Amino acid sequence: MLRLIAAIIARDLRLALRRPADLVAVLFFFVIVASLFPLGVGPETALLRQLAPGVLWVGALLATLLSLPRLFADDFRDGTLEQLALSPHPLGLMVLGKVIAHWLCAGLPLALLAPVLGLQFDLSADALWVLTFSILLGTPALSGIGAIGAGLTLGLRGGGVLLSLLVLPLYIPVLIFGAGAVEATVSGLGAGAHLSLLAALTVGGVVFAPWAAALALKIALE
Amino acid sequence: MHWNSFSDFLHMGGYGLYVWGSFGIAALGMVLEPLLVARQRRVTLARLARQWRAERLEKTPEETTPSPGEAP
Amino acid sequence: MNWFKFSAPSTFYPLAGRLIPWFAALAALFGGVGLWIGLVVAPTDFQQGEAYRIIFIHVGAAWMSMFIYLVMAFWGGMGLAFKTRLSGMMTEALAPTGTMFAFLSLWTGALWGRPTWGAWWIWDARLTSSLILLFLYIGFIALTRAIDDPRRADRAGAVLLLVGVVNVPIIYFSVQWWNTLHQPASLSVGKGSSMAAIMLWGMLLCTVAMWMYSIALTLARVRTIILVRERHTDWVRALLAALPAQNSR
Repeated sequence: MLRLIAAIIARDLRLALRRPADLVAVLFFFVIVASLFPLGVGPETALLRQLAPGVLWVGALLATLLSLPRLFADDFRDGTLEQLALSPHPLGLMVLGKVIAHWLCAGLPLALLAPVLGLQFDLSADALWVLTFSILLGTPALSGIGAIGAGLTLGLRGGGVLLSLLVLPLYIPVLIFGAGAVEATVSGLGAGAHLSLLAALTVGGVVFAPWAAALALKIALE
Repeated sequence: MHWNSFSDFLHMGGYGLYVWGSFGIAALGMVLEPLLVARQRRVTLARLARQWRAERLEKTPEETTPSPGEAP
Repeated sequence: MNWFKFSAPSTFYPLAGRLIPWFAALAALFGGVGLWIGLVVAPTDFQQGEAYRIIFIHVGAAWMSMFIYLVMAFWGGMGLAFKTRLSGMMTEALAPTGTMFAFLSLWTGALWGRPTWGAWWIWDARLTSSLILLFLYIGFIALTRAIDDPRRADRAGAVLLLVGVVNVPIIYFSVQWWNTLHQPASLSVGKGSSMAAIMLWGMLLCTVAMWMYSIALTLARVRTIILVRERHTDWVRALLAALPAQNSR
């Protein structure tokens, strides 16, 4: 079972690395969005420090969203997805593999990039750590929930806009606790409670979402 | 009866705009929606009947004169 | 009584047709009495003045928006589990009415909030989850309209409904928790526990009227949907053949 998931992850990573431009584009989107905000609201450090958690989290969330349509689209086009659905292994496990691969390609680099952007907002070292950790912890849930949306909108015209319409409302709890953790650190309250709730969401998202996504894929492939 | 006059009723103790703004939009929605549903039903029935008649004509072309707008 | 018999579209179509006038009449009756009590009989609230009369429609609309979503999720689950044809048609017929009530509850809530709290909108758990509910309705309609094959549309919509139904409580509690951290109880959203019995009756009657209205309208809409989806069956053809030809040109 683990070997199956590992094989899927390895394959998806290999395919993603073959086209690094896509990966880099998502990261650049994050950088640009985060850099636009200080230009929009002005350079006062006190204000920026207050905005930083929300802005950086929304940026990371939108960047993840941008990378979602490709989660199944390539495999759908070349027929790999149909092969996977026909194989005797449960489709949910394979979707789990793809979700993990997606997180490695999107969530992980975003989390590593976030502290650099946090410097633009004059965040303290503590807050930078919590920011990185909360994005690391929260993005698997984003990938998992996003997989459901990507499965439902697979192969539809205007799928990208539709995908964001479906998925963004479901991302709200992750955003609240992710940004809340950083904010709690900034205001000196301690991020423990936020981070544990974020972890709970991620566990739920990673355990249940792949099965719902697998169901959505089966419906799309029929 | 709670109101002294009709203008009192419309005035709603100074909250007329809020109260009638709510009831007005609710009434508008709940009147417009049935009308839309009824129209949808009429349009759909007409369309289905037209399609059905066209299909029947296609199946037995010798009985009727071919209409110019018939799809190939 | 065999309930599965009624889930066949050909039996459900005439049944719905016979039920619609009854539900419409009940809606008019309850709505008339409820509005009479709410607008004419009920006394002024000593705290909120006349502005409180908005809740006669606000509460009903908010309840219906939530209840219809639950009913849609129920039909969605039935459709996925038993593959009944009627389920998808019911979700499709319910969605526009639910969307309207979700919008109405937000609209009347804003108009009630302005004179009562002094703000059109606050980021309270109840308000935020109502807004999310509206987004979920719109997402459902957008998804099902974007899919051409009705079978796939039904089933994809059902998955979305079930995911949404799991998420609404999570969203509600996360916003509530977030909210208590940000706004330490400066505004209380409670409706006030001491409500006069006559007000309660007015509210209840208005809510029941909206309920009957939703049933009547959903049945009317589902009849049209049944005709479209079953247009190749014999019974629909017979029905179309019996139509007077006044529409033909």
